[in-house]
Amino acid sequence: METNNIIETNLLSIGYQHTNTVAEAISIQIKKAKLVAIIGVNGSGKSTLLKTLSGIQPALSGNFFLNGKAFQNYNNQSLASLISLVLTQQNFSKNLSVLEFISLGRHPYTNWLGITSRADKKIIARAIQQVGIENLKGKKCDELSDGQLQKVMIARALAQNTPVILMDEPTSHLDMYHKAQVLHLLKNITQETQKSIVFATHEINLALQLCDQIILIHQGKVVQGSPSELIQQKVLLDLFPKDLIVFDEISKSFRMSNKKKHSD
Amino acid sequence: MSSMKNQLYIFILIVGLLLIALLNLSLGSVYIHFSEVISILLGNTSENSSWEYIILHFRLPKTITAILVGAGLSVCGLLMQTLFRNPLAGPYVLGLSSGASLGVALLILGGSLFSGVLASFVFSKWAIVFAAAFGSVLVMMAVMATAIKIKDTMALLIIGLMFASLTGAVVSILAYFSPASNLQQYIFWSFGSLGNLSWNEVGILSLVSLLGMLLSLYCLKNMNALLLGEDYAKSLGVPIQKNRNIIIIATGLMAGSITAFAGPIAFIGLAVPHLIRQIVKTSNHFVLFPAVIFGGAIIMLICDSISQLPGSDLTLPINAVTSIFGAPIVIWLLLQKKKMLF
Repeated sequence: METNNIIETNLLSIGYQHTNTVAEAISIQIKKAKLVAIIGVNGSGKSTLLKTLSGIQPALSGNFFLNGKAFQNYNNQSLASLISLVLTQQNFSKNLSVLEFISLGRHPYTNWLGITSRADKKIIARAIQQVGIENLKGKKCDELSDGQLQKVMIARALAQNTPVILMDEPTSHLDMYHKAQVLHLLKNITQETQKSIVFATHEINLALQLCDQIILIHQGKVVQGSPSELIQQKVLLDLFPKDLIVFDEISKSFRMSNKKKHSD
Repeated sequence: MSSMKNQLYIFILIVGLLLIALLNLSLGSVYIHFSEVISILLGNTSENSSWEYIILHFRLPKTITAILVGAGLSVCGLLMQTLFRNPLAGPYVLGLSSGASLGVALLILGGSLFSGVLASFVFSKWAIVFAAAFGSVLVMMAVMATAIKIKDTMALLIIGLMFASLTGAVVSILAYFSPASNLQQYIFWSFGSLGNLSWNEVGILSLVSLLGMLLSLYCLKNMNALLLGEDYAKSLGVPIQKNRNIIIIATGLMAGSITAFAGPIAFIGLAVPHLIRQIVKTSNHFVLFPAVIFGGAIIMLICDSISQLPGSDLTLPINAVTSIFGAPIVIWLLLQKKKMLF
């Protein structure tokens, strides 16, 4: 398949076993160097879609192409140089130093002793510099704040140097400022490194302002488009029940509903 | 710069090991002067031929056994702590030693049922090693299977305890129906002892330990990736299942054969990796692996030297010494929970 889409799915169904389909008929295309947000309400299947795209969770049916080649034709090793992950779980060893943590991103490329070559070290240093955490290099992971840890995990994914980075809620646990900071960082990364970043997020307002593309999962259906296309198609209007939160088309953001909640 | 420091630590550990090994050789119920020990080791004939016999046929195999046991158990502990993502994992706590005990008990106590040619095989050292390693691997697989389902740190330890009491129960049932001589043989084995090994047996133990070490060495790079957690490791191209199987076999072989020859030895596997992590400030298994090998050997030699109660004719069971020293270390580590990192 000749294409400039790094990720392309065709009528993909995701979920847990055939009885519990989370979303179906997913046909999305993700181009190079794009920042793409996956949005939807709690439990809509954002994480499931990410897990399916990363190969942690097998798809139920449909086709999924990575770099123009069917996903099932890749093995773990070859995937490691195409997709890197930033996950929400933090059950990694906190005894790792920041440098060790980021260096593990080079794991697929090092020899059996895991020794980082001069070229590897250069890539690691660039990842650290891109994320702006030079001052944290010597620290242990248990000494870091949530925001710093998030940046370290992003730097690790950058060091893995893959055309696609998948992130699960990279802004959770962060305050408003750091959320904006991390999303700006992601935007810069896509422009500077030509990598595509696909991330699940609850920060719909920030995503609408910053992202190139939005993948909206709503009641088992998936819509993809640029933020302005989604607003034009009015698909955001009934994302949430309107008693509390409404989409304001003028400010292009969600806000508290002015209407008082009906007593029921 | 930090790798220079790590190399220095490992160099200090090697020198320390040599010194403590020499000290260990010169201790015992018969006083032999330090310089005499060195001269005998260098191949010179001593004026006192019984000294020569004591050193070469009694103390040297024992010292080598202590080194193999300490190094092997510590490596098992290190690998298990990373594999289970649990700072309290170790071959003794998770019941590998109990599994080995059960294997040996079935062989020694159940062996009275066999006779003739079969009996001579049943009581051979290779059979004991095989039975113990088999028991260890079985327990390790069972614990691993439950660990995949239950991610709770404490639950895993309780499961290990349950395995220990379960195997204990089976052993006592076997013991009840066994002739006294077999029972005595089993009880002496369960005290733990580094001595009583012939050169032949030391050879078997070295061979199996070496095999276990080589298998572990093959996995070290993937163990580093596993520090990030299984999902990350998988995304870095680590074949999780294959890696897990190799570690299960390697730890089963080492813990099993060590338990077969030296009896169930407590706490070394759990405590040594933590002590080493206090000194070597890294999680890199390529640094921790050699450090734990030498550190474990040193600590085992110290425990053995203490068990001989220098200046007296008595010898304490080695398992008692490692427990008296190991248990407080684990409690101390638990109290400062922040330091309990794997």
